Amino acid sequence: MTQRLDYLKESPSQTAGPYVHIGCTPNFTGIEIYGGDLGTSMKTGPVKGEEITIKGVVYDGTGTPLRDAMVEIWQPDAAGLFASANETRGQADPNFTGWGRSPGDMNTGEFTFETVKPGAVPFPDGRMQAPHITVWIVARGINLGLHTRIYFADEADANAADPILTRIEHQNRIPTLLAEKSADGSYRFDIHLQGPKETIFFDI
Amino acid sequence: MSPIKPTGGFIPRDRNWQPDALTPPYKTSIKRSPQAALLSFPTTLSEETSPVFGHNILGELDNDLILNYAKPGESAIGPRIIVHGRVLDENGRGVPNALVEFWQANAGGRYRHKKEAYQAALDPNFGGCGRTITAEDGSYEFRTIQPGPYPWPNGMNDWRPAHIHFSVFGHGFAQRLITQMYFEGDPHIKLCPIVGVLKSQEAVDALTALLDMNRTVPMDSRAYKFDMVLRGRRQTYFENRKEGL
Ligand SMILES: [Fe+2]
Repeated sequence: MTQRLDYLKESPSQTAGPYVHIGCTPNFTGIEIYGGDLGTSMKTGPVKGEEITIKGVVYDGTGTPLRDAMVEIWQPDAAGLFASANETRGQADPNFTGWGRSPGDMNTGEFTFETVKPGAVPFPDGRMQAPHITVWIVARGINLGLHTRIYFADEADANAADPILTRIEHQNRIPTLLAEKSADGSYRFDIHLQGPKETIFFDI
Repeated sequence: MSPIKPTGGFIPRDRNWQPDALTPPYKTSIKRSPQAALLSFPTTLSEETSPVFGHNILGELDNDLILNYAKPGESAIGPRIIVHGRVLDENGRGVPNALVEFWQANAGGRYRHKKEAYQAALDPNFGGCGRTITAEDGSYEFRTIQPGPYPWPNGMNDWRPAHIHFSVFGHGFAQRLITQMYFEGDPHIKLCPIVGVLKSQEAVDALTALLDMNRTVPMDSRAYKFDMVLRGRRQTYFENRKEGL
């Protein structure tokens, strides 16, 4: 018998199930507790940078909106700094949490995030990445939470130089990662779990 | 020399260990599973950072589901249990300040949710959610009632084993995890299509909590121990060293 590498295995994931909102956004389901749901607001005061709204819907492979999903986003502030204990490059905007959590609209499933346009952050090799927001999706029927990213269609130059976007084999799928400005001024970012418009999901 | 602190990127997720997206016996996965290959990349700052949750967000009863929805002087009905354990990373280190959220059905297997269709009665004193933040050594505990098994629409007669759902926030968004805890000895475990998405008995065991008589409070509550493991970081003494130094 050889020696053993004493690493632990990550806990296996299980679906968030149909009632993830009870656990993560209980007030949304009518259980009044904690003084409010975490992640409802990403701003705790006046924030620096361009304030934006991002809206979208998570669709299944039949084109039906999910109404039992939970979507979380995580991003840096307008200067590219994270409100994280692991941020060593500077002090992030104290009025911006960088983290949002949405149970989606009760009837339409549409999620909405009131946030700021993120600044750019470097790739591990030092090159700058295009401005982006990290997204995590869980729901009934999803066995392991799905990671993706929101990039911005109006950041064409930065996107064209992005270390990840430029290495995607199927360049025709990149629009699935781009938030587009809508007529009402908000950004649209729909997520397709499956089908011809399937979003690019990340193993990251 | 001080021990090397893991500061590198996160160890890749073991996709041979974690469940696949498409698991047909769990029917809902069929139309909710991506079919294209995932895009694999080393973690970047966006995944290596995470929001900070302070212990100050917690109310006194947040980790007590027996009381946190109960009317004054009353308590939730069912077998009283303590669930405790540690949140660790793959390197075996405790993860301090991890936000742990949990939710569950009541003792009869009924959720407090408007879409819930099971005829079992609601308990007016049971909400079904709680939360806590791990201590410096990664430990956590909460008090609740043991949830009941419940039927669910999948096969004609599928029942979930008794379980508690967990959501865990570590120190990097890459560690984000949702899972479920099962109870030792539950005969529904081996019948359940959701448990069935797990790829090995070892994986099922990793989610099955043991009765812990040492933490059981005599004449009050039994205890179950449930540890959870989040992705770890690479140990990178060399990684950050510039060439030539
Ligand atoms: Fe459940």
